[in-house]
Amino acid sequence: MTDVVQTEHNALGEPLVSVRNLEMHFPINDGLLIQRQVGAVKAVDGLTFDIMKGETLGLVGESGCGKSTTGRAILQLHHPTGGEVFFQGTDLTKLHGGNLRKMRRHMQMIFQDPYASLNPRMLVGDIVGEPLEVHGIASGNEKRERVQELLKVVGLNPYFVNRYPHEFSGGQRQRIGLARALTTNPDFIVADEPISALDVSIQAQVINLMEDLQQQFDLTYLFIAHDLSVVRHISDRVAVMYLGKIVELADRLDLYDDPLHPYTQALLSAIPIADPKLEATRERVILKGDVPSPVNPPSGCNFRTRCPLAIEICKEEEPVFYEAKPNHWVACHLVESGRNKLDINLGIS
Amino acid sequence: MARLLDVKELETRFFTENGVVKAVNHVTFHVDEGETLGVVGESGSGKSVTMLSLMKLIPQPPGKVTGGEALFQGRDLVQMNQNEMREIRGNNMAMIFQDPMTSLNPVLRISTQIMEALELHLKLNKQEARDRAVELLRMVGIPAAEKRIDDYPHQFSGGMRQRVMIAIGLACVPQLLIADEPTTALDVTIQAQIVDLVKDLRSEIGMAIIWITHDMSLLASLADRIMVMYAGEIVEVAPVNQLYENPRHPYTIGLLRSIPRLDSREHERLQPVQGFPPDLIDYPTTCPFMPRCPYAISQCVQDPDLEEVGDRHFVRCWVKPRGEKVLAHHHRVREIT
Repeated sequence: MTDVVQTEHNALGEPLVSVRNLEMHFPINDGLLIQRQVGAVKAVDGLTFDIMKGETLGLVGESGCGKSTTGRAILQLHHPTGGEVFFQGTDLTKLHGGNLRKMRRHMQMIFQDPYASLNPRMLVGDIVGEPLEVHGIASGNEKRERVQELLKVVGLNPYFVNRYPHEFSGGQRQRIGLARALTTNPDFIVADEPISALDVSIQAQVINLMEDLQQQFDLTYLFIAHDLSVVRHISDRVAVMYLGKIVELADRLDLYDDPLHPYTQALLSAIPIADPKLEATRERVILKGDVPSPVNPPSGCNFRTRCPLAIEICKEEEPVFYEAKPNHWVACHLVESGRNKLDINLGIS
Repeated sequence: MARLLDVKELETRFFTENGVVKAVNHVTFHVDEGETLGVVGESGSGKSVTMLSLMKLIPQPPGKVTGGEALFQGRDLVQMNQNEMREIRGNNMAMIFQDPMTSLNPVLRISTQIMEALELHLKLNKQEARDRAVELLRMVGIPAAEKRIDDYPHQFSGGMRQRVMIAIGLACVPQLLIADEPTTALDVTIQAQIVDLVKDLRSEIGMAIIWITHDMSLLASLADRIMVMYAGEIVEVAPVNQLYENPRHPYTIGLLRSIPRLDSREHERLQPVQGFPPDLIDYPTTCPFMPRCPYAISQCVQDPDLEEVGDRHFVRCWVKPRGEKVLAHHHRVREIT
């Protein structure tokens, strides 16, 4: 399966990050004195995909589906329990210590909560400048100049270097987070829900800034979010995750025009659109119940317990993630027979 | 339709060490029987504080309702004392909150928390209250309700906890339910479940709803009228179709242009509202939106009054730009593709 993915994706350009069978299982231990592993939380369970140079790959799913863990496992902030992550040809999972740190300057992360992700006791100048010293890129005057330049790039006043994070609003803090991520001149940025903590009128400012920075610095983004409208706006391709697995991956237009996986269809139907007349014509699939526990996922296809279309085979066999249409990947037994479509008007294409 | 709630010139202040926070300023609105009013605004816009003021749930001190009246079924809520309010709260008016984990008591069983209101307001005995509680849990779609009723809040998932909150809110069949961002902490598929549930219950019970949110999209299919708040003021109120098609306040227009839509195929650049909201302590004497407003004129140094511009459509703006023209481009792009 691995080989297929590599050859097929060449049409889209060159991959910057290649993820192969990535697994991140967190052990569950029990016992007071002697700790024994009694199970595992299968947060990420066998992901294979590429992120192309210069693209934005959107990663969506509900809370607990493993999307943030995927981002962290790619950057080796969690050490994956299985699989490989190739970054410009180097397998990151095999690197340790200094070698890994050297690679880190090429990949950075911005976080969801701009209030929790900046150290309240550090000056903005030190927060943004720290990576320069850690990686031995610049220090002293050179560092200060670079920091001021970066603040200007993200739309902040360069004189803010001597202020503390609490003096800034959420949107400004997220700009500081972006400046910090840019200091080492990275190629790849994982953005983990970068706008969900911001007010609506501020979200658009940050999205526009991220798009500008991508152009200016030739960045590749993995954009993790639960808001499918925002993801559609910013992404080139979109991957949908459910319970530790990618269930569908396609071009941004194709995914929304022709969603193949029943979960993607249900997810799209659940998103409201700011248009009362259109809303009156749309239909919703209300998924029953909650997402099952990743400790003990259902047999076969893990969406079958909530899938309105599930048939016998869904219980017995795990569906293969395959290319159903050019550059449109899906993991569902029903796609081949054409029984995968929910009979509803999504009202978006 | 008869007036259920009539709020006039409501004013709430917080007296803090740093100064007086002008959280709610001359807020005037009404809710008819059986109507759903959507309230939109960013954090700090005063939408929650307005509703908490009506429910007499403002922490006092530092907060205080310093002016105005709020007639609920003809009685002024502002003048009531806590004892009188207790009769109404949970009985005629109920409120559900954003975070069901912090608004349910973690050390009490669900049964205790639902039965409390039933015993207090409807004077039911233990057994009657319990039967009614099971019935309520069933109504909000909790499976095996007769077993789950003795569980604690932590044994429920987020969506299920919000259902329990709704069951408590509906226990005494209130005439008015105030829902303060009840789905913000939930996933979209669970949000769809809850919205669906509330719509069913609304038609079943016939109650009026005030639904507070920052998500304009959510209200499109839910509300009859929408009220937009900014810096503690109402800036626009209109029937739902009117508000989305022809918004007249620059802030409402700005909000609609800044959100990406699920159905927009073209990659259009978003048009954010520049700048950020004003400081409510150092409250501006101008129109509070003026520093961020692309339409501002010299007259805007004076804060305008709410003015009627169409059928039940009110707007607080000197310029009153025609939003349909501004948004037309937005819509045209969608139709072509």
